[in-house]
Amino acid sequence: MIREAEILVIGGGPAGLCAAAAAASLGARVLVCERDYVPGGQLVKQTHKFFGSEKQYAGDRGIHIGRLLVENALADPNIEILTEATVLGIYEDGIVTVLHDNRHIKIRPQKTIVTTGASEKFLAFPGNDLPGIYGAGAVQTLMNVAGVRPAERVLMVGAGNIGLIVSYQLMQAGVEVAGVIEAAPKIGGYLVHASKIRRAGVPIRTGYTVKEAHGNGKLEGVTICKLDDNWQQIPGTEEEIACDTLCLAVGLTPLTELCWQAGCEMAFIRELSGHVPLVDENLETTVSGIYAAGDVSGIEEASSAMVEGRLAGFAAAESLGYEAERARELKAAAAAELSELRSGPAGARILAGLTKASGLLASKKGGQAVC
Amino acid sequence: MRIDQHPILEFDRGEKVSFFYNGQEIEGYTEETIAAALHAAGVRTLGHSPELHRPRGLFCAIGNCSSCFMTVDGQPNVRVCVTKVKAGMHVEEQEGKGVIRND
Amino acid sequence: MLIQNGIPTAEDILSVTPPKERFAKGAVAIAECFQKIPCNPCTKACVKKAIRVEPDINETPRIDFDVCNGCGACIARCPGLAIFVVDKTYSDTEALVKLPFEFLPVPKEGQLACGLSRSGEELGWFPVVKAVSGGKKNMTWTVTLAVPKELAMEVRNIKAGGYQDGR
Repeated sequence: MIREAEILVIGGGPAGLCAAAAAASLGARVLVCERDYVPGGQLVKQTHKFFGSEKQYAGDRGIHIGRLLVENALADPNIEILTEATVLGIYEDGIVTVLHDNRHIKIRPQKTIVTTGASEKFLAFPGNDLPGIYGAGAVQTLMNVAGVRPAERVLMVGAGNIGLIVSYQLMQAGVEVAGVIEAAPKIGGYLVHASKIRRAGVPIRTGYTVKEAHGNGKLEGVTICKLDDNWQQIPGTEEEIACDTLCLAVGLTPLTELCWQAGCEMAFIRELSGHVPLVDENLETTVSGIYAAGDVSGIEEASSAMVEGRLAGFAAAESLGYEAERARELKAAAAAELSELRSGPAGARILAGLTKASGLLASKKGGQAVC
Repeated sequence: MRIDQHPILEFDRGEKVSFFYNGQEIEGYTEETIAAALHAAGVRTLGHSPELHRPRGLFCAIGNCSSCFMTVDGQPNVRVCVTKVKAGMHVEEQEGKGVIRND
Repeated sequence: MLIQNGIPTAEDILSVTPPKERFAKGAVAIAECFQKIPCNPCTKACVKKAIRVEPDINETPRIDFDVCNGCGACIARCPGLAIFVVDKTYSDTEALVKLPFEFLPVPKEGQLACGLSRSGEELGWFPVVKAVSGGKKNMTWTVTLAVPKELAMEVRNIKAGGYQDGR
């Protein structure tokens, strides 16, 4: 039996929930498939206040924003959310298969919005499989969702936003943070996040990496060492740091398996943090009817994920014939919001990546590049 | 160890239940994942690597990396990081890659 | 350097510090926010509209010190916890420093808390003059410490816990 759907949203995080809400607001009926047992994506663990402007809920804590998006979606008669529903594949005949409740379900959507987000990168070093070596997101899930203290003493690897924020959250959970090490010569995350932990006595050391991890059956300590200008380890600079948990916050990679499988044109774009589907100004991929929004189309921020989700939702609803003129206005407003978020120095890298992407898309289509 | 008081969060853990880990009775809550309940009980080694038998714990805790596979109520390869605790559940370390039942 | 270790330099701080004459008039807010990131809740927090982030949300905040009355409403609203209020007119020898705090336990008024510098260095034990909750949704506390005047531009955090009973 095949279940028909107008719009299928794969991934119920900030981008997916906003895409669903946007499409539903124009009258489309939306089915959201979320792999986890609760929707909200990364928002369910973000206890800190968000940046951006009012339009992206700036000043509100991520958990509250997440709750609001989920509550709104659950109350919307045009939206249905399936949790513990893992999408397994997008097939050439337009069927999407889902594993839900130990059953294999087939869905035939008219439009699909892929908002599967990202996964954490790993680091290669001896001993990296010891219990106690976790992704930063895992540590957040344990302490902020389950309320379980994830460690006694943590060394954080990575001084991007995730590394800095999770270090702060670890301290709020009563965990000692031995320090933050960062391979690059400077801090990559927002400096206000760095300052918060520095004034709590947590050292941040740039130009350092993990050489190896050790322990008897579980992590007991880590050897760090300095890196030279060519990212090579400098012999003789090793230091031992005792810790029971090593947190890796070394970057995210878009979770694009479904896009690859669906035959979307993909490209490796460094500024967008990996392989991403090429999308047009409607966030539609090269496979007609499949859209991509949020981190899956380029690692950025929750604020931009929400706005991209909205844009894709309006575009998908418009393509189904819902309120064309209003959809166009709303899409333009969302695009303007994205430009505003990206207009500062923090957005320069993303814009460079998007420019590359649209250039590649144009050359595939043989037409004019649209930015 | 479970967090008692938090400056920002309140935890809705659900109902307190007990379940079994390798035959041993363990306390858990119905809104917790198996991985979280085991972690709270001090269990971080969830399995061993198939070839070299090295201790293995979780990594991503979001259902993505398959580092946390255990056998739950006879079903192998269960991602315990996204599976909630149920009263009386039997959670076991699996040998190697787990054997899928034919029934 | 701030970008390497997360600690604002003396020059950074100077670039946002109010002039001496303004300090002599009473409490004033100081935004230790030096990086252009898209963010503007501080502008909405100020009832007197003393904080501006212009021409777009990527600019760093500029506080009009003459309009600002040091009420501190912005302290608990800044997502980066980067705004502080300093009142150098508290007494002949002491200044008040109001800072954001999001840890447990929260100090009680009358207790002594250990003041920390921007690099986390312990600067001494100072009386907690006030500790105000940001409310059930905001949850950021605003803690007011009385510090020696010469430390008014140094104390920017307190150690969580271990508070001593006041004299």
